[in-house]
Amino acid sequence: MNILAGVYRPDNGELKIHGQPHQFRNPADALNAGIGMVHQEFRLIPSFSVAENVILGSAARVLRNKQVELEVSELAERFGLKVDPSQPLWQLSMGERQKVEILKILWRNAQVLILDEPTTVLTPSEVDELGEILTKMAEDGRSIIFISHKLHEVSGICDEATVLRQGKTVASALPIESTDQRELAQLMVGTSASTADRPEPNTPGGPLLELDRLSALGDRGLEAFSNLTFQVNAGEIVGIAGVAGNGQRELADVIAGLRPSTAGSLSMNGSDITEASPQFRFKSGLAYIPEDRLGVGLAPRLSITDNAILRVYRQQRRGPFILAEKALAYCKDIVQRFGVRSADLDGPIAALSGGNLQRLLVGRELDGQPSVIVASQPTRGLDVQGVKAIQELLIEQRNSGVAVIMISEDLDELLTIADRLLVMESGLIRGEFDPRTASRDEVGMAMLSDGQATTGI
Amino acid sequence: MTEASLIGLFVATVSFGALLYLAALGELLAEKAGVLNLGVEGMMAIGAVTAFIVGVEFKNPWAALLVAMLSGAILASVHGFFTVGLGAEQVVSGLSLTILGLGLAAYLGKDYVGLPPGAELVPVEWAGFSDLPWVGPIFFNQAPIVYLALLMGIAVSFVLSSTRLGLALRAAGESASSTDSAGHSVLGLRLSAVAAGGALAGASGAYLTLSITPQWAEGLTAGRGWIAVALVIFGAWRPGRVGIGALIFGGTLALKTRLQPFGVDFSPIILSMLPYVLTLAILLIISIQARKRPSPAPFGLGLPYRREER
Repeated sequence: MNILAGVYRPDNGELKIHGQPHQFRNPADALNAGIGMVHQEFRLIPSFSVAENVILGSAARVLRNKQVELEVSELAERFGLKVDPSQPLWQLSMGERQKVEILKILWRNAQVLILDEPTTVLTPSEVDELGEILTKMAEDGRSIIFISHKLHEVSGICDEATVLRQGKTVASALPIESTDQRELAQLMVGTSASTADRPEPNTPGGPLLELDRLSALGDRGLEAFSNLTFQVNAGEIVGIAGVAGNGQRELADVIAGLRPSTAGSLSMNGSDITEASPQFRFKSGLAYIPEDRLGVGLAPRLSITDNAILRVYRQQRRGPFILAEKALAYCKDIVQRFGVRSADLDGPIAALSGGNLQRLLVGRELDGQPSVIVASQPTRGLDVQGVKAIQELLIEQRNSGVAVIMISEDLDELLTIADRLLVMESGLIRGEFDPRTASRDEVGMAMLSDGQATTGI
Repeated sequence: MTEASLIGLFVATVSFGALLYLAALGELLAEKAGVLNLGVEGMMAIGAVTAFIVGVEFKNPWAALLVAMLSGAILASVHGFFTVGLGAEQVVSGLSLTILGLGLAAYLGKDYVGLPPGAELVPVEWAGFSDLPWVGPIFFNQAPIVYLALLMGIAVSFVLSSTRLGLALRAAGESASSTDSAGHSVLGLRLSAVAAGGALAGASGAYLTLSITPQWAEGLTAGRGWIAVALVIFGAWRPGRVGIGALIFGGTLALKTRLQPFGVDFSPIILSMLPYVLTLAILLIISIQARKRPSPAPFGLGLPYRREER
């Protein structure tokens, strides 16, 4: 989609508009050719008025503010977009800001609109409103590409669907009216049931981590997840499946203590840690492997050694000074035990490959002999070898009695190594499955259907 | 305190106000586009010395003013090249520009120290108005640069609020990536804003040597460039408010040398601190308000922009 909108350039292939081949060097080119995109992160200026934001790309040399506002509001009314053009943008809700983004594209008279996951920032009533607006634009003769992983939205709003999985088109131009939701879900999650290499089952012990009606807000102040109640027992891997952006990242942050919860409680080894600091949680045996390795997990410009001792530097010091030799020895130990391949332990950690980065991070986190591990997308972006190594480490931990939460978007991975599978969607648990017996279809429906379909337990 | 000395105080207030306003408008333009230029003091010094030299050599005050504006713009473009072109740290580059400008001005002007001015911008007579009591001398008998400052204030205000160029310029200062994706050249906008700002700072410097002082000596600018920088914050990045602030700050400059003659026993040093104290007070108000509304400072101020090649 970013290629269509002129953000990325294609490696090969051809793009045709009305039968004419086109090449875009930047987003402005794409807009001039009539293609506009509403990105997930809005490109708006908070201190500008709605009208100023709309006309920024194509304004007259001299602006008559009143007249511009009038024109913008006329355009808005034509498509049923309710916004006040003179209002400063920072006062608007996310839903209203999205309308401004759409107006921007309409103002440039784009014939093709691309909306990338437009509903993730909207409340349910705003989603309905968006659907009406899009229908009006389609009736006006414009083409709309609506990217979503929510089946009921696709079937409610769209005329036909194209399914992409792992960069490939698996089905194109399916007429929505004659396509079953279950059929779509199947296409989206695939059918390649791989049951290879399932680890030996393990008898789980008592609960180590317990969530009781836990809720938290996301970055934009909307509810990220609510009322989550589940427990993770010693010696089991609980997989959290779901499409990214359904509250998993926030859940991991809350458990690690990096994000405050708004309701409910969290306890570890029987003691309440809802309000505990990340440092305290770490000391009492929580290991966190964050999704954003270089941003949250490691400090990219510090050396490998410095990163290795980030958690435990208090043990490598005398008074206020870090003992370099002791730190180095500690780092060498981790590097050796977890198979990090690196030439220069004093070099910046950002120079390591993805797999080695993750080995070091996981090694550092597992070194303290944790009792609970929260691993967020621990194998994403790694090569086959790296994936296998990390999975084996987690299974090894499980076998030694550690409670593991593994959040992943890779359903196959979870079906292979998890002992229990929870499906998260829109911040809620939509189903619990036994990976040994669960069917991909059912899990897929739970992941994609916004609670509209019944889920198996 | 006589009536004449009070009128004198107001005359000086307006003329110092105009001096500060020109420089502050230049800084405002650059900051609105997202570039902090702490080199105002240096650009003023260069404007002052080049104006004086051209005045002595060619006896034409208007040529002197033009050359001063050009020199200011060129010096500012050095800052633009480093910060906008290369993405260098704006604070460091701006401070260097002040030091460079002051040093260069001292070097260029060393043979001109103490010389009588070759050209001056004499006060304009407005037929019928200049003879009015009070308002006549205060508003209608000032050097032409005072009226230039007023005109520039109106022009900058109009361009920023009601033209496509102004809209794009403000956008570049708020969010460079949004501006870029809307098809405007962030680089071009920022470079021209910085250069235009430099020209205004140069004009402000020229006002010193062509009218207010009118002589050249090292250190002539005496920190007024810094007051101009503070003034932009004091005026919350709005040309109109900056104008009001310029009169207040100009008043403190005018009062400084007149305290003793008025028989007031008050340290002029405390008076020279006043602009900065007022600016700090405004900053405090802005940050308290920031809980309810966004700060009036351009959001992208000080942030270099490089298009992501993803």
